Amino acid sequence: MADMKTAAYICKGCELGNRLDAKALIQVATKEGKMNLVREHDFLCSTEGVALIKNDIDNEGVTHIAICACSRRAKTEAFNFPTVAVSRANLREGVIWVRPDTDEARETTQEMAEDYVRMACAEVKAMTVPSGNPNTGGVKTLMVVGGGISGMTAALEASRAGYKVVLVEKSGALGGWAAKLYKRIPTREPFKAPEDNGVADLIAQIEADANIKVYLNATIAKTSGAPGRFKVEIVVESGPQATEDIGAIVQATGFELYDMNKLPHLGGGQANVVDQAGLEALARAANGGPIKRADGKEVKSVVFVQCAGQRDATGEHLQYCSGYCCNASIKQAMYFKDSNPDIDTLILYTDLRTPGNGEDFYRSAQNKGVIFSKGVVSQVVPNGNGLTVKFKDLILDEETETEADLVVLATGAVPNSGVNIEAVAAPAAEESEGEGEAASAALPVAEVKTISILNLDYRQGPDLPQFKHGFTDSHFICFPYETRRTGIYAAGPVRRPMDTAQAIEDATGAAMKAIQAMENAGLGRAAHPRAGDLSFPTARLEGCTQCKRCTVECPFGAIDEDEKRYPLFNESRCRRCGTCMGACPVRVISFENYSVNTVGAQIKAVDIPDEFSEKPRILILACENDAYPALDMAAMNRYEYSAFVRAIPVRCLGSVNTIWITDALNSGYDGVMLMGCKHGEEYQCHFVKGSELGRYRLSKVGDTLKSMNLETERVLDMEVAITDIETLPKRINEYAAKIMEIGFSPFKGF
Amino acid sequence: MARKEYAFYPGCSSQKGASASNYLTSVESMCKTLDIKITEIPDWNCCGASISYAEAGELPRHVMNARNFALAEQHLPGQEIVATCAACWLGARESKERLEHNSVLMADTQEALKEAGLSIKAIPEIKHMVEVLIEDLGYEELAKPVKKPLADMKFAGYVGCQTNRPFGIHGESFENPVYLDKLIETVGGEAVPYDQKVTCCGGALAFSEPDKAQAQIKDIIESAYDNGAEMIVTPCPLCQANVEVYQGQINKKYGTKFNMPVLYYSQLMTIAYGGTAKEAGLDGNVIRARKLEEFASK
Amino acid sequence: MSDLNQQMAVRYKNNFLKEIEEQAEMGNWVKMCMQCGVCSGSCPTNFHPGWEHPPQEIFMMIRAGKRDEVLNSQSMWMCTSCYNCYVRCPRKLPITHIMHGIAEYAYRLGRAPKMQPTLHLSKAFWNNCTKNGRVNEVKLTQSLYFKDGLMAGIKMGLAMKDVALGLVKAKRLNIMEALGGGHKCKDVNGIHKMLAKARELEAKRKGRQPA
Repeated sequence: MADMKTAAYICKGCELGNRLDAKALIQVATKEGKMNLVREHDFLCSTEGVALIKNDIDNEGVTHIAICACSRRAKTEAFNFPTVAVSRANLREGVIWVRPDTDEARETTQEMAEDYVRMACAEVKAMTVPSGNPNTGGVKTLMVVGGGISGMTAALEASRAGYKVVLVEKSGALGGWAAKLYKRIPTREPFKAPEDNGVADLIAQIEADANIKVYLNATIAKTSGAPGRFKVEIVVESGPQATEDIGAIVQATGFELYDMNKLPHLGGGQANVVDQAGLEALARAANGGPIKRADGKEVKSVVFVQCAGQRDATGEHLQYCSGYCCNASIKQAMYFKDSNPDIDTLILYTDLRTPGNGEDFYRSAQNKGVIFSKGVVSQVVPNGNGLTVKFKDLILDEETETEADLVVLATGAVPNSGVNIEAVAAPAAEESEGEGEAASAALPVAEVKTISILNLDYRQGPDLPQFKHGFTDSHFICFPYETRRTGIYAAGPVRRPMDTAQAIEDATGAAMKAIQAMENAGLGRAAHPRAGDLSFPTARLEGCTQCKRCTVECPFGAIDEDEKRYPLFNESRCRRCGTCMGACPVRVISFENYSVNTVGAQIKAVDIPDEFSEKPRILILACENDAYPALDMAAMNRYEYSAFVRAIPVRCLGSVNTIWITDALNSGYDGVMLMGCKHGEEYQCHFVKGSELGRYRLSKVGDTLKSMNLETERVLDMEVAITDIETLPKRINEYAAKIMEIGFSPFKGF
Repeated sequence: MARKEYAFYPGCSSQKGASASNYLTSVESMCKTLDIKITEIPDWNCCGASISYAEAGELPRHVMNARNFALAEQHLPGQEIVATCAACWLGARESKERLEHNSVLMADTQEALKEAGLSIKAIPEIKHMVEVLIEDLGYEELAKPVKKPLADMKFAGYVGCQTNRPFGIHGESFENPVYLDKLIETVGGEAVPYDQKVTCCGGALAFSEPDKAQAQIKDIIESAYDNGAEMIVTPCPLCQANVEVYQGQINKKYGTKFNMPVLYYSQLMTIAYGGTAKEAGLDGNVIRARKLEEFASK
Repeated sequence: MSDLNQQMAVRYKNNFLKEIEEQAEMGNWVKMCMQCGVCSGSCPTNFHPGWEHPPQEIFMMIRAGKRDEVLNSQSMWMCTSCYNCYVRCPRKLPITHIMHGIAEYAYRLGRAPKMQPTLHLSKAFWNNCTKNGRVNEVKLTQSLYFKDGLMAGIKMGLAMKDVALGLVKAKRLNIMEALGGGHKCKDVNGIHKMLAKARELEAKRKGRQPA
């Protein structure tokens, strides 16, 4: 710290030199920013400009630089100086591109630019260069949990990429559901007939692969540690317990069929009614010959009931579509037609969903004479030696019926995702009553499972967090593979409903992500969305009050508690969102390059004019993933907005510490706009829960406002999406107008 | 020698004294100007039209068309067949397609043709007259002989069904074909926007289900008026007849005051090429196109 | 033919579908319908009463084994051959031809509705055009007007008087054709022999008694 040498660079390119008074900016950086070195350049991102900075670092001993040019999102390759602390003053997207080039606007535009220079100088002085921690664990072995198609695919893909794999399967054989299929839905041209289930080939490949170690009849007793240094205890039925060092995990634990016994009206549990697995068993037994029922009678007519217990609006059964059943029933109807075209096969559906090449498969079945009828089945009842299927024909709009020797119910899939940690933890957690109720109402019909799969030794529970309907959570918009447990990836139908072909693709993707996570962990780098970030949170434990807010709130379960209930950071589990920092009431948590100080110093650096100037100041804290890019893009489109706002990017709304808001209001800001991502079921937060946690925390700011005798409108919580390019400037202007209406803050000048 | 020669299949309605005789008159004038030689297929017969489906069945219908193919091949070797009637064109093309893709049907057809002493070697290409104009000649060539552009005249280009679906003209959209509008513009007229451009006139059902057909015809004419058209132009004899001759009945039934001339594209072209009203067959229109007749006489 | 007419269809089984596949022109396409309903929305007769079943429904009825309802239906007879359904069908079913094919089969079985005017037109048209090889428009019109008897024909003729007069004045309706004049092919005899052979071959192929 002692030999900190600061420098500011004022760029005059991209019209900055014409629109702004560069001399005045230099003055500000020198006098107010107190930078040791201040330079201007006509074109800073040019080779020559970059060389200038590089020379100062190499030969002048500069350690902290403030680049006063364009947005921090622009020219990142040119302005890449990993050995020094870097801040950016956004004079282009943040100032000249959002302001009119008029005489009357010149003064406020210049003030805006000067403030951003002050802020960049203040910020950089509060930063240090992230050093990274290479000692977070360098194990490069992947563990795959589940030996079905997804698991075997993930194992083989990782092995092919040169990694060792430990494959854990709870049953006595590899293969999963696919092994029980007589044939599978076609995965290649011409997509017209069922094909071999492909399992024998995969098993042979795994057995021949020296990189892959298989545990059969095995479960996981405990998973502790973090990416790059997991320790996993594996229990083998009637065998010794094993411990494996693991770098990352792919959970491919698949699904179970929804229990047809819950569907008595559709004949579930009756003779001659089977689910799709039951039909596969009959087809395997027949092996291409006539398919016979359990009583030995040859099936001459069969009815397939789609969506049996699925897409149920009443809440009694599964609410979702399992995605594969339409193609599965088409395939099963072909078993009959291929053995004897005279067998009557009727598929009763409401919406036939055969995405992609499934359309060719569907057509092929129609060509083979499978009858498809849009109908909703009300009842399946025994009728002599067969069954009567009563249904409403939706095209002919009438109640009708048909007879069949056998009925197949397409009951769909229930994910095998282990314990729902939120449902289990809910009563114990300090949640508000409202939220608790909402959580229990959203519980899936599938019973709450009590047997854990991963047995994670994490403060926040033993399994992956779940999203809707018991599927493991993933960032469904931007990062579908990522769960909320870094280095642990869900793949296949445990993640979302999918068929074999999709599962193969999914497993491949998950294996690649897991490899990336192991490699990142070994280098002390963050995983997405701050991929490559070397900073990590540290706590000044002597100030810690052991309140546990950080350990409870961390969306990624990165923080455990030690025996004295102090936070115990597991760095490679951390995604660097800063939620812990935002949550800490005593402000002891910080990153090297992002802290209560780096933002606080910027807030304080802004020049607050007195109330007679008629120039309010509005602080914007904008999520760097969505809101801040939206502001930049608005600028690229030259959408103008008020000159009275000062925007500071934050890693996530979850990282916003309330002290920033109190400080801002105390120092005379007239309003604060908090721009974060949508939360809730259709969340868009890159850190899944970050914006929700931040919002909940900041909702309490109202009390602070009251105690300060300030209007509640002075703090505005906004949901902003990256696409709000046109509306965001309007909303800023509306808020600025609103502030003018309310009047100036009484805290100015103190 | 003419620059283009075709085996001509005029069809029943274009014969002398038949319902589209004025179509033939104007086509002959137009072809003369464009130097297109059309030679009638000797002893051609009816295509059967779409409506014969119930009584004719499948093979007899194709055999009727096959006889024309055989005659064209025999007497006008190497010439493509051109039809002016939508139904003739469609029926013939459909038969050609079906026979070429179904060897059983083709064998049966040959056997039946033998009874009339005929046989098929290779079925000639079958074109509609507008395909000859647009694809074989092109709009530029069609514009060259224009002597009297039809300025200040607004036309609704009514394409209808069978010169559009299912084969289409020049690969154009079935929902919004533009060739007819372009033809109108080529001869200097204005083609108004026309939302009933491809609506069905009822076809043969104008005879068997007159109420239903006339309700559709009413929409077709009304839209032409709504869009400011003075005349409707069509490439199809049945469309022309249906949209023209029932206007009186529709006026009685619906209290409308329709009096909209319905012309063939070939009549417009003949006039624009400097032909007389008689050469364009304008005297054959039941609702006389007075404005066009006056223009022709100037 | 009589054998076929005695057939009974079982609900949602294959037998009626197979019958249509074998007997109706393009009937083998019926099974390929995916029930999207684009044909129904595209049919011009959609806007008028008396339209019982759109093509989509007819196809489903066939698959559901509703033999009597399909064969007796007026719906196929409403087809104007506009080909809108044909070009819009995402599954490329030749719907216009299928509808014609089902109608034709119903007629052969004697199951078409009694006094169906479009069926009457179809018969009249074909008989008219095959008699001399070309259409005689006057006789065709007469046979249409007088299908319901002399008085109905005169009434109908009176109603259509203006239409006819207009055409006569424009020289587009030649009354002389009624008196045995009109256009005809030279080789009418050859045409008749050719068509007789075609009917014979078609009946043989479809396993029907020659008409």
